[in-house]
Amino acid sequence: MALRFEILGRFNRARAANLVLPHHVCQTPLFMPVGTQGTIKGLTTNQLEEIGCQIILGNTYHLALRPTSELIDELGGLHKFMNWPRALLTDSGGFQMVSLLHLADITEKGVTFQSPVDGKPMFLTPEESIQIQNRIGADIIMALDDVVKTTITGPRIEEAMYRTLRWIDRCIAAHKRPNEQNLFGIVQGGLDPVLRDICVRGLVDRNLPGYAIGGLAGGEDKDSFWRVVAQCTAALPEDKPRYVMGVGYPLDIVVCSALGADMYDCVYPTRTARFGTALVPEGVLRLKNKVMADDTRPIDPTCDCMVCKNYSRAYIHCLVTVDAMGSQLVSYHNLYYMMKLSRDLHSSIIQGKFPEFVCKFLQRMFPEGDVPEWVCNAMEVAGIDISSCCAPFVSSQG
Amino acid sequence: MKFAVKAWNSSGKARSGILQLGNCPGPIETPALLLSTRKGLPHFISPDLLPSLPSPDSHLLQVSPLHFSEGLYPKTISSLGGLNQMLGLPDYAFAAVARDSIQSLPEYNSTNKIGASFETRCGRLLIKPVDYVEMISCMRPNIWATLADEVPAWVSEKRNKTSVDRTVRWLDECIALNSAGGAVIGSIVGGSNVEERERCAQEVSQRSVSGYLIGGFGLGESMEERPALLNAVTDILQEEKPRFVCGLGLPEEVLQGVAAGIDLFDSEYVYHLTLGGIALTFPPGGVEISGSEFHPGYMGSEQTKINLKATIYRKDTSPIVKNCGCYTCQNHTKAYINHLLNVHEMLAQILLEIHNTHHYLQFFRSIREAIKAGEFEKFRQRFIERRRECDDHPDVAAAAVCA
Ligand SMILES: [Zn+2]
Ligand SMILES: [Zn+2]
Repeated sequence: MALRFEILGRFNRARAANLVLPHHVCQTPLFMPVGTQGTIKGLTTNQLEEIGCQIILGNTYHLALRPTSELIDELGGLHKFMNWPRALLTDSGGFQMVSLLHLADITEKGVTFQSPVDGKPMFLTPEESIQIQNRIGADIIMALDDVVKTTITGPRIEEAMYRTLRWIDRCIAAHKRPNEQNLFGIVQGGLDPVLRDICVRGLVDRNLPGYAIGGLAGGEDKDSFWRVVAQCTAALPEDKPRYVMGVGYPLDIVVCSALGADMYDCVYPTRTARFGTALVPEGVLRLKNKVMADDTRPIDPTCDCMVCKNYSRAYIHCLVTVDAMGSQLVSYHNLYYMMKLSRDLHSSIIQGKFPEFVCKFLQRMFPEGDVPEWVCNAMEVAGIDISSCCAPFVSSQG
Repeated sequence: MKFAVKAWNSSGKARSGILQLGNCPGPIETPALLLSTRKGLPHFISPDLLPSLPSPDSHLLQVSPLHFSEGLYPKTISSLGGLNQMLGLPDYAFAAVARDSIQSLPEYNSTNKIGASFETRCGRLLIKPVDYVEMISCMRPNIWATLADEVPAWVSEKRNKTSVDRTVRWLDECIALNSAGGAVIGSIVGGSNVEERERCAQEVSQRSVSGYLIGGFGLGESMEERPALLNAVTDILQEEKPRFVCGLGLPEEVLQGVAAGIDLFDSEYVYHLTLGGIALTFPPGGVEISGSEFHPGYMGSEQTKINLKATIYRKDTSPIVKNCGCYTCQNHTKAYINHLLNVHEMLAQILLEIHNTHHYLQFFRSIREAIKAGEFEKFRQRFIERRRECDDHPDVAAAAVCA
């Protein structure tokens, strides 16, 4: 195990912690921006530090294709290759294959798919995934799991869950750098509480440094989503980090944190930036919209980022989707927003003001008091009283 | 704007001066490079990275008012407080020129007596002097060039004459309309005809302008005919006013311009290199010239520029230029940039624009030092000789050209 997870504060199920990784001491809850190919699109590494990014995610599948894991290894690992001094996490590569390629075939041995480079069949086993991730050298590496869409039902879900459990042992056996890299297991089992429970218990038996909740954020209804998160976080060990994969909407992060999750990743904040959408406390701001053309306010008047301090919506309106600078500036703001959200979650939990934070957050996003039912239900389970922001005619006091 | 020539080259016309612009942190020494922008910001260098470039050398930005046709009304720019305020760059100076070679190309066939035509991303735009001055007054650049009818080298004598007539007429209209302040730079055209160049320079130098923009270059004329055309113009111009040329980009072309007494240059060359994945690597100080500028890092460097897409850089863990002080060279390797280019990641362009701009600003610094040391001609000769040697080197040519 190459991490320490020191809980600094709690509010019911929510926790704020120091996640001590080989390259950085991260504060949780935290959001991990996705740097697919060894870079967060349009931002330099010193900008990422300035924004407050603590850990970023690299995609094993893409890095294995170019520049290849062998080259990264030869040049001293991904940290050195991209000159990123803080923490890194790599995924297993499995999800990318299944989601990017139609012709993926999963058997007990591993995943077979067609190479997008030359069309030849390629094969990824749990052993290979770990070997590649050992070469890349991230602080956290992910086990290869059998990924199925959450919208699928039937025996395939059960098969995938049991296979994920069998594969974890192969991943553990293949892991050559347990003192420098932390292998996280991934809880599968679709939306079935029984399967999820079997998977959690199976993984916990392996005493891994951390656990991820996989197979979500794939189009399932929100009520199913939070219930799976709530079930898994309740069953996972207290003293290990919990990572909900693929989650990146600010509202989802707040809800999952209330339920006791610690880590999140998503391409959403940077991808949506490239299409000209900014994240703001009220939700989103579509900067391409014509009404922005003469809006002299910053993207978010309450934001302290370099972009909001200097630029108007009108100016960014004329950049987005046509100039590189448009996506650079909006990505900068969006990641700043996500990092600020992470910091606010962390500090409000430590200060014992978590419910106040949640209420303020919900009030700004739902000023009419129309907080979605699934959020209300999840908050009830989390023991956070949000009645003050759910009433139809709510006073402004949080 | 204040300008003063401080040093003359003993034999030729090359000169070094000082340009003072209200909001810059210090006087900008000439010959100087204006940073090419898109809508006022460098193409890929975001404003928080700009201060990593040499200061105050990097504080002169060139902007085309026409870029804003894509989604921003002049009135909005005005209500945002003009360029400095809108762009969050209070201590930078802006020079507005309608034409560039990237997004606002002169379209002489459609230019008529009413206004100048440009090919832009919003289609073809016909800009009348009155519209143009309106844009300028909303944007409030520190200096701005008057509207010109720029024609390529191959047009008929008649068309070329017309372009001079129009450009001078529009100059008068622009001056008459100018209500916004900002130093007016008179545009000079005349194509490849020495007499027309002289006629235009005569006319413009009689007007009340703070400086000159020598236009109509980089439009098909040969490098050989250029010195005569440039000299014909600069011989006529008042010496105490700055001269800005657009369309001379290569180091050799810049040296040609400096030799003819030009003070300011655009940097679209840097943009084009950056887009092509090319990094400048030539010794900006040349060889054996002014010891202080000699960078040991360039010793043994045989190439003037390198194409970072080339597979030889796949495992190259050295910076683009050893001892280069730019953000890119201080933080990243050729191998990483090679990877970014291979996977089409925007960070490649960001890092390349930073290095190339930094490198070219160093080159201009060396030019100024050579002029001040009275060694410009020697500097130029050695520089060109060395570049020629480099480019004749077959390995180098192969590495530098493969695109
Ligand atoms: Zn912001
Ligand atoms: Zn450099």
